[in-house]
Amino acid sequence: MRTRRDGTTRPTRHRAVQPLSVVWLTVVWSILWRDLSLLVVGSGVLVAVGVCLVFPLPPIALFARVRPWPLAVLAGGFLVDVVRASLQVSAVVLRRRPVRNAVVAVDLESSSDFVLTGVATILSLVPGSVVVEARRSTHTLYLHVLDTPDRARAERFRAEALAVEQRFLAAFVPRDDHHSGRTA
Amino acid sequence: MSWTDVADVLAAACLLAGAGFALVAAIGVLRLPDLLSRMHAATKPQVIGLVLVLAGVALRLREPSALGILALVVVLQMSTSVVASHMVGRAAFRAGQVRHDLLVVDELGDEAADWQEPRGAP
Repeated sequence: MRTRRDGTTRPTRHRAVQPLSVVWLTVVWSILWRDLSLLVVGSGVLVAVGVCLVFPLPPIALFARVRPWPLAVLAGGFLVDVVRASLQVSAVVLRRRPVRNAVVAVDLESSSDFVLTGVATILSLVPGSVVVEARRSTHTLYLHVLDTPDRARAERFRAEALAVEQRFLAAFVPRDDHHSGRTA
Repeated sequence: MSWTDVADVLAAACLLAGAGFALVAAIGVLRLPDLLSRMHAATKPQVIGLVLVLAGVALRLREPSALGILALVVVLQMSTSVVASHMVGRAAFRAGQVRHDLLVVDELGDEAADWQEPRGAP
């Protein structure tokens, strides 16, 4: 971080080159060239560093460590949810009854941006829910949920969303300083 | 029956199922009543359909070099459709293009939609 004269901060340019994004961009580059020669990988690294310098992103405070078995539980639960919810959305589309929806607020327990992003991505990819608003200050997600005929169904969705967050927290153990928890 | 035959049959099943999901997505865009419901139909079954079609293609091609680019298509589709559906839904909510009569519970509309907060990002 570099401090401006008026006290605000901006990230320094050289910090913008993050190893993980360089690796990812190089992998994409070599996949697109369908080749793994030294020339392709070398030019890929150069292009990746250039992209990181021209389009700098703030570094994300990542998780401290990954636990393999809870990660498998998270991935398995995600796949089950996707298949089940795809069939549900298809049934909603094909039946004749009109559909009723709900906008549900989900207050996440964790206060980490990484957890907020991850949970929002998982919930968005599961059919039947779209994130319409994410409030970073209180770590609240507002989700539009398809086919909620009554309030009890909305409450059930909220419980499912919080269960996804718990599975996510079990798989990616956050760093302590970012996982203070608003209730603590 | 060799393993290539099994793979061909699986590929055909995946392609058919994927096309079916894409068809359901199209019908959903046509039939559902408002923008946010249509977002569900337009983004989700279509992504599943695409994943199934690409799985079918991978099973039929059986080339390692094709697998990388197919996996890249899936990853990019999944990451961009999330952002796209969020942005469209958010814009629709802020522009008031929401049928409130279709909502059973509306926990966002109860609050002011134009609150400002520090973005935090540089």
